[in-house]
Amino acid sequence: MIGPTTRSGADEVMSTSRASHEQEVVAPWAAGTQEVPVNGSAIAESAGDTGTAMAAGLESRLASPEPGRTIAQTPDEWKETARSTGAPSLLLGPPAPRTLPLPAQRLLDAHYWMTLARALDDRMWALNRQGKAAFVISCCGHEAAQVGSALALRPGIDWVLPYYRDLGVMLVLGMTAREAMLQFLARGADPCSGGRQMPGHWSYPRLKVVTGSSPVATQLLHATGIALASKLKREPHVTAVYFGEGSTAEGDFHEALNFAGIHRLPVVFVCENNGYAISEPQSKEMPVANVADRASAYAMPGEVVDGNDLVAVYSAMQRAVDRARRGDGPTLLEAKTYRLVPHSSDDDDRAYRPREEVEQWRQREPLTRFRHYLGEMGLLNDALLEETIRRVQREVDDATEFAERAPYAPPESIFRHVYAG
Amino acid sequence: MATMTVIEAVRSALREEMARDERVIVLGEDVGRKGGVFKATEGLLAEFGEERVIDTPLAESNIVGTAIGAAINGLLPVAEIQFADFIFPAMDQIVNEAARIRYRSNGGYGCPIVIRAPYGGGVHGALYHSQSVEAFFSHVPGLKVVAPATPADTKGLLKAAIRDPDPVLFFEHKATYRRVRGEVPDSTDVVVPLGSARIARPGRTLTVLAYGLMVHHALQAAEAVAPEGIDVEVIDLRCLRPLDTATVLRSVKKTSKVLIVHEDNKTGGFGAELAALIAEEAFEYLDGPITRVCGPDVPAMPFAPPLEAEFMLDPEKIAAAIRKLAAY
Repeated sequence: MIGPTTRSGADEVMSTSRASHEQEVVAPWAAGTQEVPVNGSAIAESAGDTGTAMAAGLESRLASPEPGRTIAQTPDEWKETARSTGAPSLLLGPPAPRTLPLPAQRLLDAHYWMTLARALDDRMWALNRQGKAAFVISCCGHEAAQVGSALALRPGIDWVLPYYRDLGVMLVLGMTAREAMLQFLARGADPCSGGRQMPGHWSYPRLKVVTGSSPVATQLLHATGIALASKLKREPHVTAVYFGEGSTAEGDFHEALNFAGIHRLPVVFVCENNGYAISEPQSKEMPVANVADRASAYAMPGEVVDGNDLVAVYSAMQRAVDRARRGDGPTLLEAKTYRLVPHSSDDDDRAYRPREEVEQWRQREPLTRFRHYLGEMGLLNDALLEETIRRVQREVDDATEFAERAPYAPPESIFRHVYAG
Repeated sequence: MATMTVIEAVRSALREEMARDERVIVLGEDVGRKGGVFKATEGLLAEFGEERVIDTPLAESNIVGTAIGAAINGLLPVAEIQFADFIFPAMDQIVNEAARIRYRSNGGYGCPIVIRAPYGGGVHGALYHSQSVEAFFSHVPGLKVVAPATPADTKGLLKAAIRDPDPVLFFEHKATYRRVRGEVPDSTDVVVPLGSARIARPGRTLTVLAYGLMVHHALQAAEAVAPEGIDVEVIDLRCLRPLDTATVLRSVKKTSKVLIVHEDNKTGGFGAELAALIAEEAFEYLDGPITRVCGPDVPAMPFAPPLEAEFMLDPEKIAAAIRKLAAY
């Protein structure tokens, strides 16, 4: 259960985050913008400053992460990068407030889940590149948006409809690393589909995670139906549905928000806007600057949040969940984030976005930012960080080995579950 | 026993199932205050309230997708698509979602929805109020497809569909709504199981397979040819998926000649599936070619009366085909 959120503490933290936003890169979300003008010429000028051994080590690690290693920077590396690039950071800002937006353990759990999501994801890419897994569709870069929002949900009580990138959401809700790998490797014991669905196609009845498909945005209408039933049954449950910004071009997005707005349904629409629908930038998907700009067309609040700031995402999500739960209707929440890897293992993003842009976003990636935040709050030091990374690695190794040894479902099982009984 | 029309049978089934099970809800365009453009849901709003009888926006994908979600969260939605011709915006939700929810979740979730839609022509509905769409859905594993012909079957099958744990397409021929009247059992618990065909007229010479309005035309054709010594067995399929193959094959093996009648366009229509099935399973029993009498392969029936009549099947066209096959 979520502990009490201290309003003023959250606001202070959020205002710090907001200050850092003003220096943030806005493209590729800005309509019609394709360039990446970061901090004026600060990046270009400081490119030559990355001559220290530490930075060089970081560069090579970022360029080709070892299988199983995360690409997050250590706090010292982050400090170096932040100083040399002038990147926004909580480090260089005013002293962090001592009030926590969540209990300390909850924040450390969030760090664990983000680290685990990243490490599982790295391992999935490695297995794919080794020819052991046919397909990866990754959460890399989305961890704060996913973990931050899922913290506001009650696992097994609220309904959740994640989309294919939402490994972070699934881990927070209670899926284990082993289950994630079983799903990824399509084994018979995969709790989502018994190996019938591609990676990223979640389903988990006990956790009230609804089965998803590949055609995007269909889940938004399912979410409105679930919320409609909740309202009719007088259940105090909230439905959270996740999707990318490309999905907001689909008719089902509009029909779902329309219906939810008409009936003031207890549903939170969470858009993880990473600026690209495979190769298409936001400007090709919508004529407005923000997905959340459309909320007023459906008579609901729309909120834009820095999707790489876990605390900001959590705070916004908690507000939306509270609003839904007390009967005040739906919210459209847009978390701006960035996909640090191609759309999937079948995509080569070199065709449509410059390496410099990806690198700039790597330097702002959410795991590093959150670690730094925790450090500033006195919750995380090098020793605890190393211990967490080691623990996560053991868990990923165990999960991989477990899933690789697990059998596929028997071939004749394809005839089951066409109909009930 | 009461006598009622097909539309009254629809209404009766809906009311009884809504009274019996509070999880049953109705949603669609104009189903509430208006009671449905064909009055299929008349009186339900007054009796059960606006939480259970929902006037939806004009958005078919919305109607079906929301029904799917409501079913996942424990309700039993009966969605109405105002005319079968307008079902296509909901294709993705029906075929990619409803049909596959149980299968893709490995049995974790089910989708107990009913989608009702009036179909068929002969009512001056032209291209977009007359189509038959059953072929698109009877092709899909995971869906069930029902097409009753009589009031008793309409009521009994609709009750079965509402109680069914899987997604059911329930197609009501709109020309039968007020023109077909019949006896319906009074009991509220008479349920006609899905997947059972009905022998509408027993016979020995030749089998006619039909559903919907065509059952009535086939029965008239059978009466027309009876004095000529042609004793037609008319099978009302009632349910296309699951299909009562046992009854179909038993009849074909008895008569050795089969004529398939459906209003839908011929090519790729449900009759093609029946013909293939019979050829595979009853080949040695056949004394003549499996024959289909169907709507022509044009993009639906026109509005002008003589053009619509050219498209539509009637007892005379069916009788002519019966005679020809009987003479083979």
